[in-house]
Amino acid sequence: MAHAPDFRRRLALVLLLILALAVPPVLSALGQGFYVGFAARVLIMALAALSLDLVMGLGGMVSFGHAAFLGLGAYVVGIGSWHVFDGSPLPFGLAGSENALIVWPLAMLVSGLAALGIGAISLRTTGVHFIMITLAFAQMLFFLAGGLKTYGGDDGITLYSRSELAGLKLSDPTTFYYLCLGLLVTVLALLLRLSSSRFGMVLKGVRDNERRMRALGFPTYRYKLAAFVLSGMICGLAGALLANASEFASPALMSWQRSGELLVMVVLGGMGSLVGPVLGAVALMVLEESLAELTQHWQVILGPLLVLLALSARRGLWGWIKGRDGAP
Amino acid sequence: MRIVSSTLILAGFLAASTHAWAAPGEVKIGMLTTLSGPGSSLGIDVRDAFNLAVKNLGGSLGGLKATIIEVDDQQKPDVAKDAATRLIEKDKVDFATGIIFSNLMLATMPSFDRAQTYYISANASPSQLAGKQCTPYFFSAAYQNDNQHEAMGHYVQAKGFKNVYLMAPNYPAGKDGLNGFKRYYAGNVAGEVYTTVNQLDYAAELASLRAANPDAVYVFYPGGMGVNFVKQWEQAGLKGKIPLFGPGFTFSEDTLAAMGDAAVGTLNTAQWSPDLDNPQNKKFVADFEAAFGRLPSVYASQAYDAAMLIDSAIRKTGGKLDDKAALGKALMAADFKSVRGNFKFNKNHFPIQDFFLREVVKDSKGRYLNKKIAPIFQDRGDAYVGECSM
Amino acid sequence: MIAQLFIEQGLNGLQLGITLFLMAAGLTLVFGIMDVIHLSHGSFYMLGAYLTATLGARFDSYLLGLALAIPLVALIGMVVEWIAIRRLYERDHLDQVLATFGLIMFFNEAVRMIWGAQPIFLSPPASLAGTVELLPGIFYPQFRLAILGTGLAVAALLGLMIRRTRLGMRLRAGASDRAMAGALGVNIDGLFTIVFGLGTGLAALAGGMAGTVLSVQVGMGESILILTFVVVVIGGIGSIKGALVGAILVGLVDTLARTMLPVALRSTLPASQADSVAASLSSTSVYVLMILVLAWRPKGLYGART
Repeated sequence: MAHAPDFRRRLALVLLLILALAVPPVLSALGQGFYVGFAARVLIMALAALSLDLVMGLGGMVSFGHAAFLGLGAYVVGIGSWHVFDGSPLPFGLAGSENALIVWPLAMLVSGLAALGIGAISLRTTGVHFIMITLAFAQMLFFLAGGLKTYGGDDGITLYSRSELAGLKLSDPTTFYYLCLGLLVTVLALLLRLSSSRFGMVLKGVRDNERRMRALGFPTYRYKLAAFVLSGMICGLAGALLANASEFASPALMSWQRSGELLVMVVLGGMGSLVGPVLGAVALMVLEESLAELTQHWQVILGPLLVLLALSARRGLWGWIKGRDGAP
Repeated sequence: MRIVSSTLILAGFLAASTHAWAAPGEVKIGMLTTLSGPGSSLGIDVRDAFNLAVKNLGGSLGGLKATIIEVDDQQKPDVAKDAATRLIEKDKVDFATGIIFSNLMLATMPSFDRAQTYYISANASPSQLAGKQCTPYFFSAAYQNDNQHEAMGHYVQAKGFKNVYLMAPNYPAGKDGLNGFKRYYAGNVAGEVYTTVNQLDYAAELASLRAANPDAVYVFYPGGMGVNFVKQWEQAGLKGKIPLFGPGFTFSEDTLAAMGDAAVGTLNTAQWSPDLDNPQNKKFVADFEAAFGRLPSVYASQAYDAAMLIDSAIRKTGGKLDDKAALGKALMAADFKSVRGNFKFNKNHFPIQDFFLREVVKDSKGRYLNKKIAPIFQDRGDAYVGECSM
Repeated sequence: MIAQLFIEQGLNGLQLGITLFLMAAGLTLVFGIMDVIHLSHGSFYMLGAYLTATLGARFDSYLLGLALAIPLVALIGMVVEWIAIRRLYERDHLDQVLATFGLIMFFNEAVRMIWGAQPIFLSPPASLAGTVELLPGIFYPQFRLAILGTGLAVAALLGLMIRRTRLGMRLRAGASDRAMAGALGVNIDGLFTIVFGLGTGLAALAGGMAGTVLSVQVGMGESILILTFVVVVIGGIGSIKGALVGAILVGLVDTLARTMLPVALRSTLPASQADSVAASLSSTSVYVLMILVLAWRPKGLYGART
């Protein structure tokens, strides 16, 4: 009996992977090559939503400021690219770089450090105050980025070329799509493993009842902080990819509306299931895009849809797909 | 299964939105402009005037049937950038136009440049594109950002003002603007304040201005920013106490109605005004008012000229849109009748034209508009052409 | 000269504070009594501004427009509560965020469809369009003083209502222990609807007044919403007094930072750079304030419960 839901889940994942792999050739066949770029964007946002589910779904920490990590990652890539274009050196005599093997890990490092700082302070609060403090930090970074006049301020940085990754031509939409897909699948697999590992179990325990976990002797603050930092790093990677996809980095990436969008994707997809938020991201972005083609007033349709969704499905899209049986 | 059905539904949505290549005998224009927010009055004027020009040409440009794809950039650089990519890669436009704000122009031009799509600006004309970053694919049918400000600086200096307070929004055109003013104004700058773009409440700045006690004030605030500033200027009791000057952008027909009597009597500078006495301008103003129920602004005049410029270039190349070099030469020739009268291009693809002083008046029909008062510059190019290596 | 600048900026800060108070008072009640994260509070602010503009133009009187817009928006608020918000009480905060996020989208687009994407410029009544000489040499626009006065009057009335009326008593009971209040016979459902209507009515008043100073445009509610949440958290969720103190603090800090930072930075940086650094730093000042307050008083200045 315990095998049936597991089998169904595995089958669903495999099917999704096959569908994802088929996207570029199918789109090209339909003459919609432009949408391969859009599809890559969807995967990147799915990665960001995934990172948020790590802290929200598994850790029970509702972060309203995750867009900050997205923006930080994008800015690291942007600033590296800006210095290459401008020729001027960075502080400490470093030079600009567009090498993905340098700037992408650097983006993750910077986001991770930011998450460490933000988390260290924010995790001393809970509930709605935690939400507000993460929001406050994201807003501060948003305004500070706007003040960086050298790097364009509110107008952002235009990237003149994408990152160089060991001979791969990232400016080719199909190559870029498969790279994003590969990264997403890898991170998803790692996080699914993490979820059922000891660390994941403790985290989920902390989410369900922190007092009990503390009584059992676990250093709950450290576990939460570790999850927050890991989440920040993954989101930073998403940011680096996003800067490549749009060839642009601006403070708008760190707006609270962006953080809100990520939250919506996670809840829409099914919080805590890790796969759910990926689907949530896909669903939200595809819905937005296709509704926008139908009418310029698409928001008047999507808004009530979101309301209905909030009022009805308790476990999001993934819960709906898997059916009523089976654990998340 | 549910996954299959949901994917099919989503795929159906996407497939429903197919866009074809432009068929031969057709030309596609990307109209990327600001249609919402405080800057929308400018974008709406640009869009309406461009559409009017195409309508007057029988729905075609240069003999080819014209399809205009209209996109709202919401005055956000990231939205504009994405929209530009979409217009280039998905809609495969032959020409693009419409951007109002220079920060968006600078963010998107690299995309147009890389795709070798000709961009004809109906407004945004930053110094960077006139000088160091000039490119063969950019043509400005408007002016160079500094020009109107230079003209006003010249006038204010000639009138003997010695202690002027300057204000502008903090973005490339704002900086270009005050630089242009200071290029010709030699007196003391009582204050140089850059406010946040689309800031609407100027109470704090007006208080500081009053404290600085200048003998004149020069402000560059297009669209909704200007409306709010001028209204609050009057409410703060400053109208009549200190003379207020601005470029034509601050006092243009798209916002004069909202400013009302507060703006009447102010002097400003531009390269066009509704009362210019040439046959194509008379027709343009009359047609615009008949079609839209309001007077055109300087932005509308620029967009109308942009359409006429594109029309003349396509006609010159015989409709061969693929021959980029020939198109470029044809655009450079500027062989059309501008509503401004004289119009020719400098080697950096920016116009050489006349600038004059205008005054805001209320006419017998109760409409607020600008009247040409006196000439200031004749055949003015721009200060950056030397930095351009074209 | 300095005194004049100081007084004028101080009044500007108070005026912003009063607008924030009107928004925060409604939000803190909804948050505190109903425990609902209501992201679409800003949408009612926007509706208030739009309806004031339209009705004011219709009857050629700003004041009449405002007076009609407030109860109209309150009514719309109560309808929204009855249809959607009511079902969110038992849900967790995330479902509330999702639902109210959807409501923001819906209202923004609906307003855009009805009124168009261009902003509307709202003028104060001609009787209040002049300036007042508060002290010799110190001028201040009449209308801003009127906004300040109105806000303070409403604050006083709210305080009176909370403290002296039956409704206020029930509100305080509901805020401190909802279950107990219900068990003691208070009609919680009806109370909630009234609270929601009260909150949205206050937001409409704020929007209708702010619309004359700013402009009436789609999405105007979003920028004030974030500041409102900050005020509510600083003041303490559920406390009207906290909302007042928090709002005035935020208004003053924000305005003073915006005026003093550029001056301070001009001495070291060129004008355009100084202004943009000053603008971004002063925007962060409010959030720094919130973090400092929470570090000192984790539940906000007057907060009683989580």
